[in-house]
Amino acid sequence: MSAVANTARAERPVTIGTVRSSNSGRLSWLVPTIYIVLLMLPIYWLVNMSFKTNTEITGVFSLWPEAPTLRNYEVIFSDPSWYMGYVNSIIYVVLNTVISITAALPAAYAFSRYRFLGDKHMFFWLLTNRMAPPAVFALPFFQLYSSLGLIDTHIAVAIAHCLFNVPLAVWILEGFISGVPREIDETAYIDGYSFPKFFVKIFMPLIASGIGVAAFFCFMFSWVELLIARTLTTTDAKPITAIMTRTVSAAGMDWGVLAAAGALTIIPGALVIYFVRNYIAKGFALGRV
Amino acid sequence: MNKTWNNKAWFMVLPVFLLVAISAIIPLMTVVNYSVQDTFGNNEFFWNGTDWFVDTLTSERFHAALVRNLSFSLIILAIEIPLGIGISLTIPKKGWGVSVCLVLMALPLLIPWNVVGTIWQVFGRVDIGLLGHTLAALGLDYNYVQDPIDAWATVVAMDVWHWTSLVALLCYAGLSAIPDAYYQAAKIDGASRWAVFRYIQLPKMKRVLTIAVLLRFMDSFMIYTEPFVVTGGGPGNSTTFLSIDLVKMAIGQFDLGPAAAMSIIYFLIILLLSWIFYTVMTNSEGAN
Amino acid sequence: MARITLDHIAHSYKANPQKPTDYALREVHHVWNDGGAYALLGPSGCGKTTLLNIISGLLTPSKGRLLFGDKDVTRLPTEARNIAQVFQFPVIYDTMTVHDNLAFPLRNRGIPESEVERAVKETAEMIGLTAMLKKRAKGLTADEKQKISLGRGVVRSDVNAILFDEPLTVIDPHMKWMLRSQLKHLHKRVGHTMIYVTHDQTEALSFADKVVVMYEGEVVQIGTPADLFEKPKHTFVGYFIGSPGMNVLPAKVAGDKASVGEHEIALRAPYAELSGKTELGIRPEFVKLVHGNDGVPVKVSAVEDIGRYRIVRTRLGAHEVNAVLPEGTPVPAEPRAVFDTSRLNVYLDSHLVEARQ
Repeated sequence: MSAVANTARAERPVTIGTVRSSNSGRLSWLVPTIYIVLLMLPIYWLVNMSFKTNTEITGVFSLWPEAPTLRNYEVIFSDPSWYMGYVNSIIYVVLNTVISITAALPAAYAFSRYRFLGDKHMFFWLLTNRMAPPAVFALPFFQLYSSLGLIDTHIAVAIAHCLFNVPLAVWILEGFISGVPREIDETAYIDGYSFPKFFVKIFMPLIASGIGVAAFFCFMFSWVELLIARTLTTTDAKPITAIMTRTVSAAGMDWGVLAAAGALTIIPGALVIYFVRNYIAKGFALGRV
Repeated sequence: MNKTWNNKAWFMVLPVFLLVAISAIIPLMTVVNYSVQDTFGNNEFFWNGTDWFVDTLTSERFHAALVRNLSFSLIILAIEIPLGIGISLTIPKKGWGVSVCLVLMALPLLIPWNVVGTIWQVFGRVDIGLLGHTLAALGLDYNYVQDPIDAWATVVAMDVWHWTSLVALLCYAGLSAIPDAYYQAAKIDGASRWAVFRYIQLPKMKRVLTIAVLLRFMDSFMIYTEPFVVTGGGPGNSTTFLSIDLVKMAIGQFDLGPAAAMSIIYFLIILLLSWIFYTVMTNSEGAN
Repeated sequence: MARITLDHIAHSYKANPQKPTDYALREVHHVWNDGGAYALLGPSGCGKTTLLNIISGLLTPSKGRLLFGDKDVTRLPTEARNIAQVFQFPVIYDTMTVHDNLAFPLRNRGIPESEVERAVKETAEMIGLTAMLKKRAKGLTADEKQKISLGRGVVRSDVNAILFDEPLTVIDPHMKWMLRSQLKHLHKRVGHTMIYVTHDQTEALSFADKVVVMYEGEVVQIGTPADLFEKPKHTFVGYFIGSPGMNVLPAKVAGDKASVGEHEIALRAPYAELSGKTELGIRPEFVKLVHGNDGVPVKVSAVEDIGRYRIVRTRLGAHEVNAVLPEGTPVPAEPRAVFDTSRLNVYLDSHLVEARQ
């Protein structure tokens, strides 16, 4: 095989390579399948347990409930101190998501479109809060909200979670907003829109998927957090996650109810993922998590 | 992009600034305040200088927890990053499999962290858990409640179970941003599967990988809830990470001064290490 | 290098094509010479990319066979076809130097390093990248990156064909011209079979020995640039090539006379009886505007001055007739259009018909 510079145009032999056979195509589904099965096993075990009686859980080792029972779920749905935990969690998670997105939208727009005094420092400072260990803030939060008289309210948890969710929302939204050409803003001004009207009527629909992704992550991080939520609540706003830990330590080992309570906490997350599944990859693709 | 200079934009940032300032600056000031004072109760505080910082930095308890944290972060990064990359390469590119894979893989990410702990606490128990029971049935002497090594293995397995999907999803997003022409060109150039990975996929994933490493490092370094639920920091102190120790100190023993000093050092370590990671990962790009 | 035979190839993206319009590429049967420079020209959606993908191996045609030389490659994957391709957007290996980019296809094939060095040096010199060999490919400009893509093809002396998929899309206008002439020069030097897909007639006409004009999934004409200009085989070719395109006038043809509305136009020879939609085609370059009694009367609607010549837009009844006048030629007050009879083509259902001899 000599290289290059063939000026002659005589017909030369045709070179055809051999085909490398690849079996990776046929078996490519195997790895994700095994991985997903491994991911699902612990979850399955929890769900499995939630349908068993305590005697079956501790007595016999069975891969599926031999005497399926709904007793564990009945315990939760008949006792307000249990089921109000879900209501409390959902209230402060939704509150937090709404507050985070509402505050982050104009800020993200400002960061994306304008330069102003201290903008870069501000942006960096916001992001450092994402790196703050909740353990560091638990105690000061408790004191702060005590002095404000907000302990054991939903709003306290919602605002406390803003510490890590607002920077995240600003970061995600800034990425999406930068993807919208500036000309659109300018055209709208020329058409005589006031800024708030332009923002709500024209701009927000344009970045709807960005808002969806940001809301998803706010929901996620507020929903999974325990330490701060537990510290700031005592009874009235206590999240389900905190109720679970209390029950584990106090009520001995009611494994069935614990499993049922745990299984129920997976449902809201699963629903949220299902609804935003098409946006997840997009939001990740922006590299803004 | 050429942005226009406009200081009025500050008004748009103000709500965010106030929200985060309330949640960050005031508590941080409290922490700093405690860190330089001592108390004998009755809300009487007096100046203690930098003693708490010196105490913390020289305390063996702190060193041990720091080493545990660093080892934990390194172990889970060493497992989750390559595994996540590997899995992302096998997620289908189109068809119904995409949604199924994405939804199922993302599921562990949306489970409250203490429930993740509970799931593994149950899963790993020798008497009632599938994992513990199976390992025992295989004749392995596994008990995460008593054996520090087993406890570590359980906590690491739990973290890998919990977070590898995040790395995989991030990488998957990076991969789907590669135009088909690159793969076509690689075929034409006779590139092997490895060469495609090394020279096309890996370079294009660099940005998302930086984010994945940073996020996983920060979050694993702050880990609290999951190991606390599973092992409570034990057996002994073998899984007592910085966060667990800190909460024990602040809320359990109410040693506010030392806890505050430790908080600040802890926070600074995360900032410093994150900054180093970030600089190294972004600079290696320019250096080659 | 190879002769490429498109043996009754057709392709449909539908699983079960019924009517001709189901085909993205209607049946083509043609042999392309070894070492030729071919351009696939047509508007977007005309099937040129489909045809290119069939040649590159990205698609397997629904019908027909593809031969490189005498070997049937219809079902071979891209990597086994030994071709090279330059894509619309530059594809380079970011992390490698220019040198390693060029060496990549050779190293992958296990060619001894001394041979690789020689080939890379020679290629770099040919495409004018010698000075940049040590640079990282990432920081280069778009046109330099496209040259690297081209270089990765040229560096292998034995490729059967080099394919170009609108390679100048992202190149600055002033660089386009340079790259085009360099490419033409390179083709003369290396003599590979080259296939160039574009929707830009200037690119196609300046690059190719033979232009393959495609329209609605059909190859409507394959010919030299001169053929396409003088004897467009399809009204689309006449209209698509040239600026402005060929005038097409609906007409009735009887013997050696054609009539457009009430006006009669002489043809160069008698035609057989034609049933269907008949049209006359005449290039604006062959329309003269005169004063007097010759030709047919037209009304001038606009005059565009393009520098070296003027385009005069006129109307003959309801139909538009464009004429190209050399600079300085006056437009008569009551103009009549005279068509150069030897350049007047007759079309039946859009396809050229020859006169009876």
